Amino acid sequence: MSTHSVGHVTAQCARFDEPLTLKSGAVVPAYELVYETYGTLNAAKSNAILICHALSGHQHVAGYTDPERIGETLGWWDNMIGPGKPIDTEKFFVVGVNNLGGCHGSTGPSTLNPATGHPWGADFPLVTVEDWVQAQALLSDRLGIDAWAAVVGGSLGGMQALQWAMALPGRVRHAAVIAAAPRLTAENIAFNDVARQAILTDPDFHGGNFYQHHTKPARGLRLARMLGHITYLSDDQMAEKFGRKLKNDAIGYGYGVEFEVESYLRYQGDKFASWFDANTYLLMTKALDYFDPAHATDGNLAAALAKATAKFLVVSFSTDWRFSPARSREIVNALVHNGQDVASVEIASSFGHDSFLMKDEQYHAIVRAYMGRIET
Amino acid sequence: MTENAIALGRPDFDVIAAWVQPNERVLDLGCGDGSLLKLLIATRGVRGWGIEIDNASVLAAIGNGINVIQSDLEAGLSGFENGEFDHVVLSRTLQTVRHTQRIIEEMLRVGREAVVSFPNFAYWKNRMAVMAGRMPVSEDLPHQWFDTPNIRFFTIADFDALCEEMGIVVKSRMVLDEKGNTVVEEANFLGSLAVYRLASG
Repeated sequence: MSTHSVGHVTAQCARFDEPLTLKSGAVVPAYELVYETYGTLNAAKSNAILICHALSGHQHVAGYTDPERIGETLGWWDNMIGPGKPIDTEKFFVVGVNNLGGCHGSTGPSTLNPATGHPWGADFPLVTVEDWVQAQALLSDRLGIDAWAAVVGGSLGGMQALQWAMALPGRVRHAAVIAAAPRLTAENIAFNDVARQAILTDPDFHGGNFYQHHTKPARGLRLARMLGHITYLSDDQMAEKFGRKLKNDAIGYGYGVEFEVESYLRYQGDKFASWFDANTYLLMTKALDYFDPAHATDGNLAAALAKATAKFLVVSFSTDWRFSPARSREIVNALVHNGQDVASVEIASSFGHDSFLMKDEQYHAIVRAYMGRIET
Repeated sequence: MTENAIALGRPDFDVIAAWVQPNERVLDLGCGDGSLLKLLIATRGVRGWGIEIDNASVLAAIGNGINVIQSDLEAGLSGFENGEFDHVVLSRTLQTVRHTQRIIEEMLRVGREAVVSFPNFAYWKNRMAVMAGRMPVSEDLPHQWFDTPNIRFFTIADFDALCEEMGIVVKSRMVLDEKGNTVVEEANFLGSLAVYRLASG
């Protein structure tokens, strides 16, 4: 066990009985959000940090959920958050929440729809980044947090941090937008669509209501994840990790697993399909595709960001081609154009988009230095 | 010199501070740990951003609470729109930039005024060193020839000629000796460091 761990954590659940109207116009009549907290909220309630998760993330950000299986049950950003870590839980009260539509306890396609007694499945409405932030704000109210010292997120989580700063400027003092983009490119949407098609065309998908058939579209979800996983890595990293290495010594002139990289991807795909919900995957990729705050301002990102009063930290990674440094720079340029406070770093890292989850000396030092200056 | 500038050992910072006004938008190219911006924000109340490429400097600047943007100078400027800044500063860095004219043009594109400081190669001590057969090492040219980041060696007279050729207006110029004292006469001979305030013609 690391001495820098927040230790054994348990999720809490907040129930909301007021209906939530989504951006699409759909209404979720009642819902639950599961969340975890680390550290102590100070008397002024001014030291709270919200961690927004990405596509496959959830509320379990730091610490472990099973003391018998610490290694396997560590939070997805445990290297970043904890006592003495870059986001220091001795200073901050950190909240991780599973977004609406998720599959880790918050209301979503795989939870029971009280109206039918069955899992929501295809009836669960599409949710957007805007909807998530709205729901997170209601959770903030519940926790008594008027304004977050910082909202922090990577990738799709970074989009939520941006959205917080734009939609609720009075409620976020700092926004850390990591490995993110102000909107997806056509190429990015295309990758997401192939992933969705893999799931949607799986015979076990049953139009999204596979739960009643006691099955799940594991093949589709596995393919979706394999594709996604490739795009989260870098060419260099894959070359270094796998190269053209073979599982066995010689090629077999067949379609079985021959190259190491095939074996790795299938393993990752299978592992993911065993614990993640296909409907949540679909919904999360759509939320990514839809996010485009500059749409309402005729493509002018600076105009969209003008309302924000938070100070920004924008971090990108040199080998991230899914959310490249140039996309982060669009955010930075817009903020500077508006005269807003922003610090921006490009970390030299070989791990592609996944770099934001990795322990990198410069990256962590930057986050530590930035967080260290936040007044509580 | 102000106490701040003395502490930093950067007499040119005082000159620059005198040329900026409260609430102006200042961009510092090659801002290092943000010392100049910190000074300008504290003493002149400007709004500042800096561009810096070096990892350690960027980290230090963030620790100083500076709006630092990690980028190389020229790529760093290309993303900004025309006239976004009141002053764009390049202190003691022009001599390290390969595309001299392009960076000056870019500074004057994104900024209303450009502020440039550079070591004067024609400073009398530098001339003496060359006369004695050695490349100069001084307060303002602190590196040995084999490890210097400087790639352009030029004088106040050279820079004046370049400004004229480029149609750039020299709005102010301050020349300092090695101790940071103002040099009024024979600037190209007695001046170790020159600070220019430039505008488009």
